[in-house]
Formats: sequence, C-alpha cells, structure tokens
Amino acid sequence: MQSALIAVAGLNKIYRTREGEKIHALADVNFSIREGEFITVVGPSGCGKSTLLKILAGILRRTSGEVGMRGQPIDGPSRDVGVVFQAPVLLPWRTVLENVMLPVEIQRRDRAQYTAYARKYLKLVGLENFEGTYPNELSGGMQQRVGISRALVHDPALLLMDEPFGALDAMTRETMNLELLRIWTESRKTVLLVTHSIPEAVYLADRVIVMSPRPGRITEIMEIDLPRPRPLEIINSEAFGRHVVAIRRHFQSLGALDA
Amino acid sequence: MSRATSEEYELLASNRPRTLAQSLREKPEIPLAILLFVTLIGGWELSVRWFDIPKIVLPAPSAVAAALWVGMQGDFLRHFGITFYETIAGFALGSATGLVLGALISQFRLLERTLYPYIVAFQTLPKVAIAPIIVIWFGYGVTSKIVITATIAFFPLLANTIVGLRAAPQEQIELMVAFTASRWQVFRLARLPHALPYIFVGLDVAIVLSVIGAIVGEFVGAQAGLGYLILQKNFNMDMAGVFAILIVLSAMGVGLHLLVNAVQRRVVFWMDSATERVIGA
Repeated sequence: MQSALIAVAGLNKIYRTREGEKIHALADVNFSIREGEFITVVGPSGCGKSTLLKILAGILRRTSGEVGMRGQPIDGPSRDVGVVFQAPVLLPWRTVLENVMLPVEIQRRDRAQYTAYARKYLKLVGLENFEGTYPNELSGGMQQRVGISRALVHDPALLLMDEPFGALDAMTRETMNLELLRIWTESRKTVLLVTHSIPEAVYLADRVIVMSPRPGRITEIMEIDLPRPRPLEIINSEAFGRHVVAIRRHFQSLGALDA
Repeated sequence: MSRATSEEYELLASNRPRTLAQSLREKPEIPLAILLFVTLIGGWELSVRWFDIPKIVLPAPSAVAAALWVGMQGDFLRHFGITFYETIAGFALGSATGLVLGALISQFRLLERTLYPYIVAFQTLPKVAIAPIIVIWFGYGVTSKIVITATIAFFPLLANTIVGLRAAPQEQIELMVAFTASRWQVFRLARLPHALPYIFVGLDVAIVLSVIGAIVGEFVGAQAGLGYLILQKNFNMDMAGVFAILIVLSAMGVGLHLLVNAVQRRVVFWMDSATERVIGA
C-alpha cells in the first residue's frame, strides 16, 4: 500500500464576516491523498472547496481539526507545494521564462539548475518557443500553461489547482485536460484539483471528492476505475457516463441542482 | 510562377515612400496644429496692430519674440538655471518623501490611521499661504524655494503610491505567499512593480506642479530666478519681457513633462501593449 501524502481529519473552518456573523465553510472534513494520486474535488459554488485548497496550501488558517503533509501539520506555506489558481496571475513585466522561475527566485534555489527544469516544463506544455515572450502577447490558454509550468518548476510533491481551466472556453478546456493528464503521467506529482465541472472531475481523477453546499462537507468519495491513459473519447463511454450520472444524482438528492 | 494578388500589391505599395496626401491622411493633427498656431499668432499680431493696443496691456507676438531673443542673449539663462535647479531639487525632495511615506503608510495600517489625517490636513493648506513662513524660516535663497516646491510635489506621489501599492490583485499575492514568499518579497516582486504606473502618474503631476512651486516661492521673496525676473519686468511695465519669460517657463514645464513620459514608457513598458484600436472606440 502506498503511504498517505496528505491526511485531513476532522477539519472545520468557520469564517467571521464583518458583521460578526459566523459562516461554517467546512464541517468535519476527513480524507487522505496517497502519493502520486490525482484527486478532484467537485461541488457547487460556496461549498468551501477553494477554502479547503487554501488551507492545504497553508495560506488560510483552519479553525479546528488536523491537516498534515507527510505526518507534519500544515501551518503555513510549504516549499513542497505548487499552486495554480483560476486566473493565471502572471507578472506582466516578466517574460514567460522569468514568470516560470518565480518560485525558484522566491525560494532562492539554484538558478542554473532550475532554469533547465523551467525549460523542460515549458516544453512539456508546448511553449518552448515562447520563453522570451511577455504574458500580454499570449492567449488565455497559453497563460494558464505558463502558470502550470510555474507550479511545477520547483519540483513540488503536491500540486494544488483551483479551477485552473474555469476561465477557458470549452474547446481549450478539453485540450488542457488532456495535457494535464499527460503532464501528470510524466511528472508523477500528486494532484488535488478543484472544479465545478462534473465531467472534468471524472475525466481527470483517480478519486472524486464530492462536497455538499454550505456547510461544506464531504458527502462521498468516488473511485474512478476508468483505465489510463484516458483518451478524450473516453467521455463518450458508458462507464464514464455512469460516473457522471451518479455524481449528478447525488447533487440532485442534496438539492444542489445547479452543480 | 504564381502571380501576386492585388492584396500583395497593396502590401508592396505600403513599403514605398509616402506621398504628401498619404501623410496628411495618416497624421492630420500635424498640419492642423500648425494651422492653429499660425492663425492664433497671426490674429494676435494683426489685432494688436489694427486696434493699436498699448504695449503695456498686450504686446504683439513680434515684440515678445524680440524680447525673448534679447533675453536669451542676456540674463534669461542664468535665471532659468536657478529656477530649473529649484524645480528639480524640490521635485526630487518632495517626491522621494511622498514615495517613502506612501510606501510606509500602505504597509502599516496603524501608520495610516495615525499619520494620514495630519498629512491630509497639511495638504488642504494652500501652499501660497505658507510660502511666506517658509521664506522666513529658510531665507531668501534657493533653499526656501526648494522646500516650497517639495511641499507641493509631495502629495501627488504620496496618494498615488498608496493607491498603487494596493493595486496588485489579491490572487497574485496569495499565489506568491503560497510559494513561501516573505512580506518583503511580495512587496518587491509584486506590489512595487504593480504600483509603478500609478507612481508615474504622480511623478507627472508633481513635475508640472514643481515648476509652479518654484515660481510661487520666487514671487514671495527672491534675489534671482524666472519668477523674480517676472516681478521685475512687471514693475518696469515690460510686458513683452514678461511674456517672453512665460514662454521659457512653459517650455521648461512641457520639457520636463515629456521627459517623465519618456522615462515612463521605458520603465512601465508592459502597459502600452500594441493592441489594435477597435472601430468606433
């Protein structure tokens, strides 16, 4: 059996609004992620899935419960984590390569060694000819690819992605999903990806964590036994459809029809 | 061999030297600006001559040009140098203070709450009103002019720096923190560059105000400088001379403004992306 990279037990997050109102964003969340696993978290808006990701990234404090990485509690950002948000948030005054090198610079790692990594990942996402280009000159899909390379450059153990393709059009999104699986296969990272698209969650994942609306809790963790590698056509298969329907039914029974 | 299509011919044609008509169509503002200038100056000259307007009320452009010519041979340059020095030194002092204070205030809420009300109160004071006090404190030399200029140049930098340093997108900051960036790294790598466009707006406003600051200072009490010279010529009813100095002053202001703009385009290069204008926009 593979060891758990991430372990979350009895996690609660309560926000306090400006008016002093309490919002229960996460309630008694329990799960673990094995090394090398691809986990997707799916749920309607406001189910606390982004909150969960930010707690794992160490940029948001938990209210109670335990969150650990390799047995160490997560109390702050880690050098061993890569993050991708919905917006690529590239620095417009830096070239593509300089943007990818940002974590290396922040963490004061060896520049020469990691420049080679940066080039490797840019090649992996098909941007090897754009390293001197500025972000303004790239399309949204290309910018997000730069963002993914940036999250991988310092060779983190865990890759956290918060609706990374949410701002892209449907066609680019499909291509990016395919590419992400290829990158994952080649880099063997552990990935946790948050999305509100059920087909996307099923297509990418080893296991899908299904969350309920506020207070966000895990209502089901579904194993996706589809074979890998997964070509895009797999979304037309009966097995794929079964998983999607099962999750959709699940949301319907929860009364969250819009998901 | 394939034949060039009409489109290709058009492309080829665009590489040829432009005819005058083409240039006029592409840059209509140049001939229009010249036309406006000639009409204004010509109209002014003619009205002064036709209506026999006294020299001490409105000098003719030709008289102003002559005064400018004579002044440039004489003592204009020396006074220009003094005013220019006061402007630049006051601008540097005021904007540096504004920049540093703005950076501190934007980073420390406590400082904002305690210090900012006083700064705003100070800003609401008309600088012309406190200029005499500053002259008493710092004397009739260039120092008092530099201080007055600095008090005027200070606020645009302060306000724009504060706004600019808060302009970085929240997600950008979160991302950098997730990559274990320190507070200083977030400031240096994200906040400060994001603030640069705002800071340059402040610099542009401040440099133009600095010229005014130096002149205000010289009006209150000075022994040299273009403002001092204006007062002197006013006393002697040398209107053409006053106008000539005004031309020198405005040339200085425009020149400094263009300089700031040129530096801005260099530094904040990512802001003017070469995007095509949309029809009708």
